[in-house]
Parts: sequence; structure tokens; C-alpha cells
Amino acid sequence: MNDLTPTREQRSAALEGMGCKRKRVEDIRFTQGKGNYVDDVKLPGMLHGDFVRSPHPHARVKKIDDSEALKVPGVLAVITAETLKTVNLAWMPTLAGDVQMVLADGKVLFQNQEVAFVVATDRYAADDGINKVIVEYEPLPPLVDPFKSMDKDAPVLREDLAGKTSGAHGPRKHHNHIFEWSVGDKELTDAAFKKAEVTIKEMISYHRTHPSPLETCQCVCSFDKIKGELTIYGTFQAPHVIRTVVSLIAKLPEQKIHVIAPDIGGGFGNKVGAYPGYICAAVASIVTGKPVKWVEDRIENLTATSFARDYHMTTEIAASKDGKVTGLRVHVLADHGAFDACADPSKWPAGFFNIVTGSYDFPTAHLAVDGVYTNKAPGGVAYRCSFRVTEAAYCIERAMDILAQKLNMDPAELRLKNFIKPEQFPYHSALGWEYDSGDYHTAMRKMMETTGYAALRKEQAEKRAAFKRGETREIMGLGVSFFTEIVGAGPSKNCDILGIAMFDSCEIRMHPTGAGIARMGTKSQGQGHETTWAQIIATEIGIPADNIMVEEGNTDTAPYGLGTYGSRSTPVAGAAIAMAARKIKAKAQMIAAYKLEVHEDDLEFDIDGFRVKGLPEKFMSMKDICWAAYNSVPPGMEPGLEAVSYYDPPNMTYPFGAYLCVMDIDVDTGVYKVRRFYALDDCGTRINPMIIEGQVHGGLTEAFAIAMGQEIRYDDTGNVVTGSFMDFFMPTAVETPHWETDFTVTPSPHHPIGAKGVGESPNVGGVPAFSNAVNDAFSFLGSTHIQMPHDFWRNWRAAKDLGAVA
Amino acid sequence: MAKTHVTMKVNGAEVEGLVEPRTLLVHFIRENLQMTGTHIGCETTHCGACTVDIDGMSVKSCTMFAVQADGSDIITIEGIANADGTLSALQEGFRMMHGLQCGFCTPGMIVRAHRLLKENPSPSEAEIRMGISGNICRCTGYQNIVKAIQYASAKINGVEFQEAAE
Repeated sequence: MNDLTPTREQRSAALEGMGCKRKRVEDIRFTQGKGNYVDDVKLPGMLHGDFVRSPHPHARVKKIDDSEALKVPGVLAVITAETLKTVNLAWMPTLAGDVQMVLADGKVLFQNQEVAFVVATDRYAADDGINKVIVEYEPLPPLVDPFKSMDKDAPVLREDLAGKTSGAHGPRKHHNHIFEWSVGDKELTDAAFKKAEVTIKEMISYHRTHPSPLETCQCVCSFDKIKGELTIYGTFQAPHVIRTVVSLIAKLPEQKIHVIAPDIGGGFGNKVGAYPGYICAAVASIVTGKPVKWVEDRIENLTATSFARDYHMTTEIAASKDGKVTGLRVHVLADHGAFDACADPSKWPAGFFNIVTGSYDFPTAHLAVDGVYTNKAPGGVAYRCSFRVTEAAYCIERAMDILAQKLNMDPAELRLKNFIKPEQFPYHSALGWEYDSGDYHTAMRKMMETTGYAALRKEQAEKRAAFKRGETREIMGLGVSFFTEIVGAGPSKNCDILGIAMFDSCEIRMHPTGAGIARMGTKSQGQGHETTWAQIIATEIGIPADNIMVEEGNTDTAPYGLGTYGSRSTPVAGAAIAMAARKIKAKAQMIAAYKLEVHEDDLEFDIDGFRVKGLPEKFMSMKDICWAAYNSVPPGMEPGLEAVSYYDPPNMTYPFGAYLCVMDIDVDTGVYKVRRFYALDDCGTRINPMIIEGQVHGGLTEAFAIAMGQEIRYDDTGNVVTGSFMDFFMPTAVETPHWETDFTVTPSPHHPIGAKGVGESPNVGGVPAFSNAVNDAFSFLGSTHIQMPHDFWRNWRAAKDLGAVA
Repeated sequence: MAKTHVTMKVNGAEVEGLVEPRTLLVHFIRENLQMTGTHIGCETTHCGACTVDIDGMSVKSCTMFAVQADGSDIITIEGIANADGTLSALQEGFRMMHGLQCGFCTPGMIVRAHRLLKENPSPSEAEIRMGISGNICRCTGYQNIVKAIQYASAKINGVEFQEAAE
């Protein structure tokens, strides 16, 4: 060794492995406009398809006349349900076990439903054609309010289900009922309420909203008649699942379907499901023999492809006088729109909503969910959350604040009193989950100390007094949120999509020069997988992250995986990467032992290679081992250095966090100002702190939007009134608050690298923090619960209703 | 539909094409010129993903016809890098400060920030936030975009970039 020999720290830093704020690989192309998104795909002779959509929320389709449309220059075909019936594709299965019309078959069930698909030489001609398709409708009474879905005289929406008394998830109680799902011990819970000293009950609504990534849903389908092969470029969060679904419903051999998800401009759950546009573009390509592109516009995106939430949660907590919770009872009315197109694991019609006991030690709980149909767009998807987890977190976090108010206790103190204690992990919740790890008290106290929580409460008390004296018109709210997420779906024992277990996969192939490629079953939509996956490999096998290329999104080359959503990539695929890397490392150790002429057991891994124990000079770098793998492996060993891992997680992971929102509201205008927002996240082992922080910023901004105004709203006659970014609140840099981030680290005990996933935590934990801040601000004026979204007008309305404004 | 002949300068090169009167500039750039860095996010002038620079002004190219741009001088994201092909101060700033995630808003955001820094080489945070308020980002929450622009501003002005404390 000499002065030029790098130190251990230098060798380690050179890897840019886990824990490093590695700059992103993706940014080189994205900052130069050289990303390759679906709309950038141009194939020779490519046609464009676009939809004729229904202006009515509920109507019978009497006649579709395409004769004038077919005379429009450039228009080649008009596809209707009748066309699709010839290939048995007028309806398609949803991920939730329901069926959905691809194109209107006899009637339409929501405004902007797909009625016909016009195929033309370019997007302008397609639009001309749409204007010439004449559709004759007979309007039917619309059903908008989910609370009226199961009225005796409610209109029949789904005529295809006539006489069906049970659906994919058990018995149906009414012609507009989809499923009832219940979990927990009803008897024990009812008993807890009977003897409770204190109870609260509130109907807490989580309004309908939309993930609305900046790039809409789109695809290019190209059918090769000679080979009988279908290639689909699409905005798919789960490309392999799409391939299987297409194979099953189009009856095409799976090996002849090539699904490619190129760069994706955000997903947030919008790009998990299968939409009519994909089916129509594929059929149009088969019919015309040419590639067909379908690109949704923003209005179509907001009004037709999957919405999120729309959960109406009647919530009750039983507690003792000193604030110890003794029972939780929740009934949810879930509005799924015209078709149940939920993107949940198959056995979970309400997702993982049974995480609703949250971070608290409830001795007993009972939950029942009723899904119903309405004349609205179908869904709903998990908008940056594990399945229905954000609804659950909002429900319990709002309810805990309501209980605190009733008990005249501080909301933070009430939470501290009821947290699951560190020694209770692994913790079995009353509604059936096994929480892997957590240290809630430490996280909560860190939040309170860092923000000066006690001083803020004191300031609030002074401001309230000043308000009552008429010295100010501003009120102040502190929104506490302590969430526990459940992510990483999931173990094959309880998670599948259409029968496919929700494992994920990684294949690593090392090349002779000490470089390699990792192919994945996941698909980044902005999460930076090309950067972070390489960091895990770098730490595991000692090859610099820069030397590892990560490839995702091509079903021909990637091992089968279930895709990226529900914060499952790090918990599931991240584990698969570590396991595949460890297989590489094990073989590398055998090669090193052979080359260094020692027994394998005499070697130890040292950052970037293997060293003979006790003989520091005898070292073989991973780079040299890669060369040896193609040159001089031990006798009897196959050459090469590659491995694949399919990882079936033993459990979910349970990230958590403590958030605080400090908000001031002017009662005369309803205008709020987020003075401060602090977010402490515990996602276990941190792979790239820069990316984690970025994810938290983005998720908080979405939470801010949802809580403070972002809503898909219908009027009483079924018109969607939030169909563009003019009406659908999309915060700009001006409205968006400044974010403070912090962390604790409680690794997952069952994950190979201890990571839990973080992408969705800020959306899950952020919404209750904002809503609790608003509610906390108004509480001293006598309110217990104000429904979201809390826009200026609603804040002013609340102040007026409470008598604070004349 | 009858077509009109248009010529314009895009990233320093003279280009021409035949367009329908209704052809949107963004479609001319993406389809005719095959420069796909300029993106379409809403087609209603709200999101700014299609922002290009026309004769020294930031313009949303989904709300302008190609014929209206006849004779103009346009810069798109493909024309932002330094002449030697290296990343410009802004592009570098976006990477260094993690000012992007999915990358879909990034071209419009950088082209807008390019004009902002020409108009005001040392903007305050409030001026940056107001200056990019025509561009929506769904991923980053803007905080790191603000830092990216501050980084570029410092580099352009030859001063050391100091990240603001949280």
C-alpha cells in the first residue's frame, strides 16, 4: 500500500451505494428534452384514434350513425360496441372482479363515457370524424348521490347484472350494490361501545379526486398480421400485468404480445388499470393493419380514467374518560361510479382499509364497507397511496382529533397515550394486520420538540383569546397527523392480481469488465429507479452504481413483476434486487476463493471485493472477479455471473410518520396561509436521502391540493363540473407551501435491507394534517368536523355557519 | 384542408413546413419538426409543459397556431444546452438540486426559467415562484425547482450558490 491507495471511505464513496445522495441518472436525458414518452413514439403509417363520448350521465343509446363521419377526409374507421362484439371485446374485466363496457353497449352510465372510437390518419382528422358521428340518446334519470344508490326506487344502472344476487365479493343487497366487506369482531366491539365512558361518532367524507399525472394515459398499438404479434407502447405502471390481461381477454398467445412502457410522465395510480383506449387502439390496429396511437386529453383524463377516493366513513370511537381508546367502529359507503374498476389486490374489495386502527392500540374494532354504483366515472384507484390507506389514515386521524376535542385533551397527548408501544412489535392489530416495526413515541416527541409544539399551542390560546376580544379576525390551527401506512403488497398468501401472486423480480447480469445490467419487474414513473436500484446493487456487490444500468418496462427482457404502485417497489422489488445481488456475491466468492487459492470460508467481503481473513494483502476486487467469471471459473462451475430473484415478501412493511401543519385563516375571506409544515418520515433504511426528500415534497404537495381544494365534483344532474385545470385545483409554485422534512430510522425486520418505502407516505399523512389544521382552527368556535376540501369559500362558509362572520 | 407555408428559426436553424391554419404550434414542433422535448400536458394553457421561447417571450405552444409563429425565432428545450453540448447552468441546476422527477414538466419549466433569468438574473424566491407559476409540476412540490433556478442564477452571475437553510 502507498499514499495513492484509496482509503476505505474513498472506496466506499466511489460506489455511490445506499445512503448516498446520488444524482439521478435519468436527469441527463430529461433535462435536455430527450426522454422518450409514449406520445414521442412514431411508427411508420401510424394512425390516430379518439373517442366519441357521451354528454349524458345516464341514457339509452338508440342509434349510432357513422355514415357522415366515414366521409370525412382521413377517417378510416369508426369502431362501436357492435364492432367489438365480433371479437368478444365489447366488455372487459376490471381488476376488481367487475366488468366494464369498452364502448357503450346499449346505454351509457357516466358523462364522457366512451361511445365510439374514430380512427384517422392524424389527430385532427380523428377529431373532425368525432364531430360527424351522430348518436341518438334517450336520457334516463341520473343517480349521483351514493347515499341514494340503495333507495328502493333508485334507477337500475347496471342492467347487465339483472338477477345477479352475488358479485365477485359475495352477496349483493340491491341492484346498485356491488359488495359488502366486513372485518373485525362485531360483538366484542359493540360490547366495548356499550360500556364506554365516552364515545364519538362522525360521518367523515373523503371526496372524489383524481391522480392527474402531467402526462395523460396513452398508448400506441401495432399488430403485425404476418407474425400475429401485438406490440403495445403504453403509459403502464404494471406492464407485465397488462400483457397478461391482454392475452387473456384478446385470446392472443402471451409470447406474441410485447408490452413496452417507455418513460412515464407521472402515474400516482392513474396508470395501473386497463382503459377502453388501450383495447380500442389494439382492435383498431388489428382491423386496419396499421399502428394506432391513442392519447387522452386532459379533460378525458379527469372525467373518464380512474378517479380516487369517494369514501364516506361513519366513524365511532369508544374511550375511557382519561383518553384510552377501547373500541373502533367504522362503516364506509364507497362510491365506485358506473363500474367497480378499483385497482386493488383481487381479494381486497376495499383495499387495505382495515389499517384504519392506525397507530393506536385498539383492543377491538369492526369495519364494514358497502360498495355502490352511481352515474359517475368508474374507479377508484389508489392516488399515491397503498390501496385505500389514505382514506383509512384520514378517517382515524380526523376521528382522534374529534375525540381529543370531546375529552378536552391535546391531540398530540391523546395520540401519545394510545400509541402501540415499541415493545409490542410485531403488533397484531384488531383488524388483522401484523405491524412489522415502529417507534411512534420517539417520532412524535421529535416532531413536538423540533416544531416547538407547546409554544405553538400557547400562541394559539392567546390568538383565540384575542379573537374573542375582537382584536383579530385571524384564527390559528395546528394539524397533527401520525400515520401508519401499510405498503409492499404483497405476500402471496393474501395478495394477488387476477390470480397472479404479488411478488416482484430482478435479474442482474454482470459483464466481463465489471459492469452490469439489472432488469426489473417494476416501472418508474419519476421515482428514479435507474438511480436507486443501482445503489442497492453497488452496496451489495461492490460495483460502482455508475457501472450498473437499470432497465425497466420491456416485458420481453424484464423478469415478470407486478409493477410500481402502492409503494411496493422498494419493499418488494428492492428486496428482489438485494437477493439477486447476494446470489451474484455468493458465486463471486467461490470464484475469488479459487483464484486466491483459499477456502471460501477464509474470505470476507470488504466494500468492493473479497479479502483473505488475516491476510489483508490478498484481495480480489469484484471487477476482477467479473473478468474471471468469463475466463477462469473453478472446475465444474458454469461460466458467467448472473442471477435472478423472484421475491415473495413474508409481510407488508409499515412506514410511519409524524406531521404538523400550522395554519392561519382569515375568517372574513376564508383565505388560509400555511405558515409551517413539518414532516417526519420513518421509512426504515434510507437508500437515497435526496430522492426520499423529493418524494416527500411531491406527496405533500398532492396532499395539500387534495385537502385544500382538489375535487372531482358532479352537479345534481350528473354533469362533471371540474373537467379542466381551471376548475380542478392544481397548485402552482405560488400556492405551494415550504416543506420541512425530518426522519427517524426504524428498519423493517423482515426486509433484506430494512427498507419500507416512502413515496406515498406524504400523501397519506399529509391530508389529515391539513384537514386537522383547518378543523383545529375552527374548533373553538364550536365545530367538530368540517368536510374537505377546505377551499377559501368553504372556510368562509364554515366561519359564517359558526357565527364568526355576519 | 388547404395548407400554408411557414418558415421560422428554431434553435438557430431555419425550418419550414406546410401546415393547416388550425395546426397548433406544439404539434408543428413535435410532429413536423420531430422535436419531442416540448410536451403536451393539458391543451388548455394551464400546465405549461409546452412552453417554448418565441422572440424573447415564454409562450405556451398549445395555444398558438403554427401560422402565427411564421417568421419568428423560437427556442425549445433542445436548444438550451451549451454550444459544446454540455448541460447549461439551468439544466445542471435541475440535476444537482433534484428539481425534477418524472421529467414531463421539465422542458417547459427549464425553457420558462431560461427566460425568467434573462429578465431577472438574480430573482428572489418569491419572484421565482411567481415567475414559474404558469408551469405545473406534479412531482416535486416546486421547492427543489426553486433551488435549481437559484443554483443556475448563482452560476450565471459567477457567485457561489448557497442553499437556503430549511
